[in-house]
Amino acid sequence: MRTTFLAVEWSNSVSDATDHDSDRRDFLYFTTAGAVAVAAGAAAVPLVNQMNPSADVRAMSSIRVDVSGVEPGTQISVLFLGKPIFIRRRTQAEIDESRAVELSALPDPFARNENLAEDTPGSDANRTVTPFGAEEDTGEWLVMQGVCTHLGCVPLGDAGDFGGWFCPCHGSHYDKSGRIRKGPAPTNLPVPVAVFEDESTIKLG
Amino acid sequence: MAGIPHDHYEPKSGAEKWLHSRLPIVGLAYDTLMIPTPKNLNWMWIWGIILAFCLVLQIVTGIILAMHYTPHIDMAFASVEHIMRNVNGGAMIRYLHMNGASLFFIAVYAHIFRGLYYGSYKAPREITWIIGMLIYLLMMGTAFMGYVLPWGQMSFWGATVITGLFGAIPFVGEALQTWLLGGPFVGNATLNRFFSLHYLLPFVIAALVALHIWAFHTTGNSNPTGVEVRRGSKEEAEKDTVPFWPYFVIKDLFALAVILAVFFAIVGFMPNYLGHPDNYIEANPMVTPPHIVPEWYFLPFYAILRAFTADVWVVQIASFFTGGIIDAKFFGVIAMFGAIAVMALAPWLDTSNVRSARYRPMLKWWFWLLVIDFFALMWLGAMPAEEPYASLSLLASAYWFGYFLVILPLLGLIETPDPMPATIEDDFNAHYPKAAAKDAAAQPAE
Repeated sequence: MRTTFLAVEWSNSVSDATDHDSDRRDFLYFTTAGAVAVAAGAAAVPLVNQMNPSADVRAMSSIRVDVSGVEPGTQISVLFLGKPIFIRRRTQAEIDESRAVELSALPDPFARNENLAEDTPGSDANRTVTPFGAEEDTGEWLVMQGVCTHLGCVPLGDAGDFGGWFCPCHGSHYDKSGRIRKGPAPTNLPVPVAVFEDESTIKLG
Repeated sequence: MAGIPHDHYEPKSGAEKWLHSRLPIVGLAYDTLMIPTPKNLNWMWIWGIILAFCLVLQIVTGIILAMHYTPHIDMAFASVEHIMRNVNGGAMIRYLHMNGASLFFIAVYAHIFRGLYYGSYKAPREITWIIGMLIYLLMMGTAFMGYVLPWGQMSFWGATVITGLFGAIPFVGEALQTWLLGGPFVGNATLNRFFSLHYLLPFVIAALVALHIWAFHTTGNSNPTGVEVRRGSKEEAEKDTVPFWPYFVIKDLFALAVILAVFFAIVGFMPNYLGHPDNYIEANPMVTPPHIVPEWYFLPFYAILRAFTADVWVVQIASFFTGGIIDAKFFGVIAMFGAIAVMALAPWLDTSNVRSARYRPMLKWWFWLLVIDFFALMWLGAMPAEEPYASLSLLASAYWFGYFLVILPLLGLIETPDPMPATIEDDFNAHYPKAAAKDAAAQPAE
């Protein structure tokens, strides 16, 4: 009952010659709604932004790794930005095998190397780090993020159908260059920004 | 409350009248408790009470656990061990909370499949159904975040995999994932916010439960025949219904007692049966457990997530038409959430005007196949990602979508329903001829 009564009253006030009043009222409604929207939006920014990485998390963006103890055919894992980085010193046989792979055999054709342009082809030579002072990249040092590009598990080394890495979570097979060859992962294991600072130190980030 | 005509609360004493004119809370409780309930409800209608009990159990045990738990990556695992070994009765309370989650999901799946079989989702109960689906989604979010808190290996890697799903969303995925985690990886910021949200969401669920109850108290309960309660007069309605209190309360409490006997046997004698031993190893970001499995109640949807790999033709078509924006990873995520979305849309996908599968000779078979499909997916989700499980997962996922997107819309058009009872009273009397005869003798010829 009451709502009908109010509705009638409201429509009367509009149809009356009191358009002046309703203009004023509309203006009040719109400015109130506008002010509420702006205030709510402004309040939402800090409330949402607080969930982004904090300053101490952002500060941990670069580390140095001593690789003097890494023998050919072995690898170490270091934690960088909370994720494992695989640093592998490959044997000549591993290098030869990786370099012999045709680009057409790669599900992901790109190098995924943060040190190079985004559309660099995924040949093995585009995924390794040049040793300190060397004229040419020997292909000996493979540095990459040890996080499966499918859903973020850590792949196991020296495993899988291609003798490289194998992700136990959903069965992605990576080759000896860390490139995806089989399974659900969409891209190759990414190569982070990495450079030799001296003979035995790699700087990550 | 609108709906089925029945007696409302009348304040009698002076004190009752005084309160009622100021806050009609006794009237609200009375009308809620005395709601006319179809008298032919069978044992599949007990799950609502079980679910309400589970929510209370989880909130009470959860608040106690929060008094002893420390949400920090260096202390979380140890604080859970502290609860298990040092806190008085702590192990029991934690095991109740752990297994309480499993009971919660057993009950919710039984409740959902009951709704699917008896067509409880159909008009005018769509809102009840949609709110129920929202509750189910929140339950999954809450359970997932709760599983992260003990900071074991499965906690950590489960969190890594599941938050990775958000990273699969094109364009904004990576930023969204970083925002959710509070960093580039699952770390202390993640654990802290998950604890905060795990504490919050059950109260949101409680609010939605109130809306869920309000919605079906407005439309009246559904029932195994799908025939509506007669509402012409109070006398007519009373032939189809009995008040919720005491009739169904006692029945539901009896069911609860039986279920709790089994539940406490599990909590007492095999509390870790449904858990995973790897979660008693502290989280280690350098080592992925050889086989990551989610909790059992996520397995069916996890199987759907994994089923759509890059070599499946629907994935290849989607990838081709979107220029690669929808890749296998994102497709899997869409499929997993889509599997719940199609279920939520059941009220609009089902074209039959007969509610209950009891009178739908064809739907019956498809429904039981869906139940088998659900358990098959649950089994497949726990298997490693290799053949023959991969192909079977795809087949089972296809049936899940097929049931909702093809069978429900088509069956309503081609199926001839079986004859239905005209009223709930007829159905009830057909089941209990003795009681009906006695009733007829007591109130001779109308």
